[in-house]
Amino acid sequence: MPSFKVNVIIENKPEIVDPEGDTILNDLILKDKKTSVKKVRSAKMLRFVIDAKDKKSAEKAVLGICNEFRIFNPLVSKVSVETLGA
Amino acid sequence: MKVAVIVFPGSNCDRDMHHVLKDVFHLESQLVWHTDALPKNIDAIVLPGGFSYGDRLRAGVIAAHSPVIKDVKKMAEKGMPVLGVCNGFQILVESGLLPGALLKNTSLNFMCKWTEIIVKNNKTPFTNKLKLDQRIPIAIANGEGRYYADEKTLALLQKNNQIVFTYGEQVNGASLGIAGISNKAGNVVGMMPHPERSAEQIINPKNAKPASLIFESLLNTLGVTA
Repeated sequence: MPSFKVNVIIENKPEIVDPEGDTILNDLILKDKKTSVKKVRSAKMLRFVIDAKDKKSAEKAVLGICNEFRIFNPLVSKVSVETLGA
Repeated sequence: MKVAVIVFPGSNCDRDMHHVLKDVFHLESQLVWHTDALPKNIDAIVLPGGFSYGDRLRAGVIAAHSPVIKDVKKMAEKGMPVLGVCNGFQILVESGLLPGALLKNTSLNFMCKWTEIIVKNNKTPFTNKLKLDQRIPIAIANGEGRYYADEKTLALLQKNNQIVFTYGEQVNGASLGIAGISNKAGNVVGMMPHPERSAEQIINPKNAKPASLIFESLLNTLGVTA
């Protein structure tokens, strides 16, 4: 069975204040006049390496684990996955 | 009357809580390791502060899966008084015993200072000796202490009188300035500030009496005459 690298990105919902992202934008990027940057949001990324029969099964299993173990708090965060391949 | 103080890997206020319960308020207090079953003859449970599992992933989330939490949930459902302080509050939220979330403080700083909280519900097992709107000088010490809940949850908290404490000043950006809440039944209370660091006059630079009333409320609830 192949192994897949599945990245889990946990990001707070848009209505949640993100002081880390705001600081990076306002006190680093915009201070250097990179005004084309409109927003920065911080997030947490976890990389799972998982054995599965295919990419779809790998992502389904990882999302299931995220829900089962409350890897993210659904009240404040949203989660997305991306697979880097076998 | 016996109180169980749950100890997780990384708890660091367990001994302080044990001391206050035992030496100041003369309750029988027992430290319980998180993989052990709860003793059968307990009357209340305290989840103390600290950094369980080094706050890995999110403060409180890994401890919320500890074996003892199943027992805590059973006792909470039966109406036993349960108090979570700081990391204990975070664990109660992550275990689903209390609603909402505790996010990083708006300043992103670890805050360690004296502040005041205001009593908004004096019907709980931990506030029944306090007056409504009474101010409590109390220590705070946290990095992820900003209580957050969505509008719907906040409306429910208000409707059900579940907001137990609010801050007397802008501290960390918490929704509605919330410092502590209860479950709907009122027997499970979580609070970010530390009553165990504030209930003795020798360590409180202001007035220790209001914080001591949190513990005297528990004595009152348990039917212990001071």
